[in-house]
Amino acid sequence: MSVRHALLALLSEGPKYGLQLREEFEARTGEVWPLNVGQVYTTLQRLERDGLVESDDAAEDGPQKGFRITAGGEQELASWLRTPPDLSSPPRDELVIKVLVALRLPGVDVHDIVQAHRRYLVELMQQWTRIKQDAADHDLGLPLAVDAELFRLDSVIRWLDAADGYLNRAATWPPAAAPAASSLPKLRRRAGVRR
Amino acid sequence: MTTLELRGVSKVYGEGPTAVHALRGIDLSVQAGALVAVMGPSGSGKSTLLTIAGSLEDPTDGEVLVGGTTLSNMSRNAKARLRRRSIGYVFQDYNLLAGLTAAENVALPLELDGIGARKARAAGMAALEELGLADRASRFPDELSGGERQRVAIARAVVGERRLLLADEPSGALDSANGDAVMRLMRTACQRGVAGVVVTHDAQLASWADRVVFLRDGRVADQTAPPPGPESLLAPSTGQGQ
Ligand SMILES: Nc1ncnc2c1ncn2[C@@H]1O[C@H](COP(=O)(O)OP(=O)(O)O)[C@@H](O)[C@H]1O
Ligand SMILES: [Mg+2]
Repeated sequence: MSVRHALLALLSEGPKYGLQLREEFEARTGEVWPLNVGQVYTTLQRLERDGLVESDDAAEDGPQKGFRITAGGEQELASWLRTPPDLSSPPRDELVIKVLVALRLPGVDVHDIVQAHRRYLVELMQQWTRIKQDAADHDLGLPLAVDAELFRLDSVIRWLDAADGYLNRAATWPPAAAPAASSLPKLRRRAGVRR
Repeated sequence: MTTLELRGVSKVYGEGPTAVHALRGIDLSVQAGALVAVMGPSGSGKSTLLTIAGSLEDPTDGEVLVGGTTLSNMSRNAKARLRRRSIGYVFQDYNLLAGLTAAENVALPLELDGIGARKARAAGMAALEELGLADRASRFPDELSGGERQRVAIARAVVGERRLLLADEPSGALDSANGDAVMRLMRTACQRGVAGVVVTHDAQLASWADRVVFLRDGRVADQTAPPPGPESLLAPSTGQGQ
């Protein structure tokens, strides 16, 4: 989430002072997505330059200056909400690369490599789940953000599980059917879209 | 206090060349108040481990101790009593009796144990209330949602003075909110001093446990380290995902 849209969202609730924006911004996003609070004031200036927010002309720059969202700002916020983030090109995944490399190294037990990563991921999930468990009932944002992290980590574990199963089946294949050397470069090219 | 202990437990199904070594020398102990998850691929021995821990089956080798007592030294009757009184089971397909209401299902283990019907019903209602199911008490299983059925099954598993709670894939086909609810209940039971073992291939469920044990080919292949405090994740320097 950008600082820009976080500020527009806060201002769509009503006019606010610079200091107030800074505090609310910190309170709402600090726990799960640490964003740079220092950027709040410079971002407000840019939003004003772009006509997305207005300020009290009379007041001096600083914590006491009041801001409100413009119609253009409301529009920008609404269109940002509905614009899907770019998920079309696969990110270069370090874990995938490690497992692919392990597959080709003699003397390396890929199951052990897979398990080391699986254990680490489950330990991370235990920590997130503990946070969700302790979250107060009225707090909706925290459990939702934690769930996003849990689902993401879970999907990585499921990939590891699938890789494990694939390896088990591959072990019973005749040698001719073992992964061909050509399979790796092709994948690398496809996975390398996002650098 | 150690509620459940497996010492060198092995299980072989069948004989000769077709024998299946479902478990090979499992050591595992679960303290009172702890929730342990057992993960592993299909066929790794998870369900076998659970049925042996619950004395529903005997190991081929090794010892199982519940509350410090060795199961192999117990008479058939004593084992049956242990199963009724001290161990609660939750299975994927719920195993609720279709002809009994939710309240009757929950009270059943107590009644089977010779507790008077009225007292058993009262304890059953109390367990249902605790799980937020008081208003479903007189419904039959087919009048409940999947999530509600599973919660009734948990109420039945924790009713009375159970010391050991064993669950095999307890969230089955439930969605993640209901899966969370099931695990929350198991944790609550453990906070009262029950020892819990939950078998699952689902990392989201397993992450509710204090400790996760990984099975592979009937052996304990690995387990998680004791988790650090949650502060470590919320500190800005290690914040995840932007
Ligand atoms: N009653 C049985 N008779 C013969 N083999 C069995 C029996 N129960 C389980 N097995 C075998 O033991 C192994 C472990 O099974 P199980 O404990 O059900 O694994 P999991 O629950 O991890 O999928 C599997 O190979 C399974 O086929
Ligand atoms: Mg099973």
